[in-house]
Amino acid sequence: MDMRTPLGKVRGLGSAKSGTDHFWKIRTTSVALVPLMLFYVVFLIMYAGKPYADVVSALSNPFVATINALTIIASIVHMKLGMEEIIQDYIHSEVMKLALLVLNSFFSLLVGGLCLFAALKIAF
Amino acid sequence: MANMTKNRPLSPHLQIYRFVPTMAMSIMHRITGGALYFGTVLVAAWLIAAASGEEYFAYVNWFFGSIVGQLILFGYTWAMLHHLIGGLRHLMWDLGYGFDKDFATLLAKANLVASIALTVLVWAVVLIVR
Repeated sequence: MDMRTPLGKVRGLGSAKSGTDHFWKIRTTSVALVPLMLFYVVFLIMYAGKPYADVVSALSNPFVATINALTIIASIVHMKLGMEEIIQDYIHSEVMKLALLVLNSFFSLLVGGLCLFAALKIAF
Repeated sequence: MANMTKNRPLSPHLQIYRFVPTMAMSIMHRITGGALYFGTVLVAAWLIAAASGEEYFAYVNWFFGSIVGQLILFGYTWAMLHHLIGGLRHLMWDLGYGFDKDFATLLAKANLVASIALTVLVWAVVLIVR
């Protein structure tokens, strides 16, 4: 029989010491991304291939610029966490796993940083 | 010690189970998720080009306007909508609903049909409007 109290089981946030943080963040970003991405995908295919002036003026509209930045933040967080799950599931060698997890973090931050900078530069 | 862990019995995997719709859509959810991860690079290229000036933008924009670029965008749209609808099913399960076998199978099939139908619809509407 398990003699531990419910409080004792959750104290210290489990063996990974991060509790349900990963699970929760992937869910909250996914909820945010439902409306954001529906807008974003339509915007993207509306403007892909259109002249420079049209694209820049559309992206500098305050409403579009804000949605653009929010979509970038939510999707970068979501894709980083999602790829972490894939790496942890399929890569069994410890060194390779760590290397790919670090690479995933760097790649996500780099792409996210570039997108955010570009979005703000166009907007201002 | 290394051998001990390697000789542990394995749980049944893909080749053991019968292929069913819920399983196929679970796999598709992962594949589309992975594809979207790398598809982000294309969106990034477009945004960075737009921020870099007209000359750079002309390069990237030409590609997106080309047949290959449009086909990739079409695939990106489908992957996004499929992953989005699949995500809604996951949120439903997270809340504790929809575990009935027949219902789950129905939703798995509906996921594929809805993602294809929505992709065609979105593109048709956009092509008419733009």
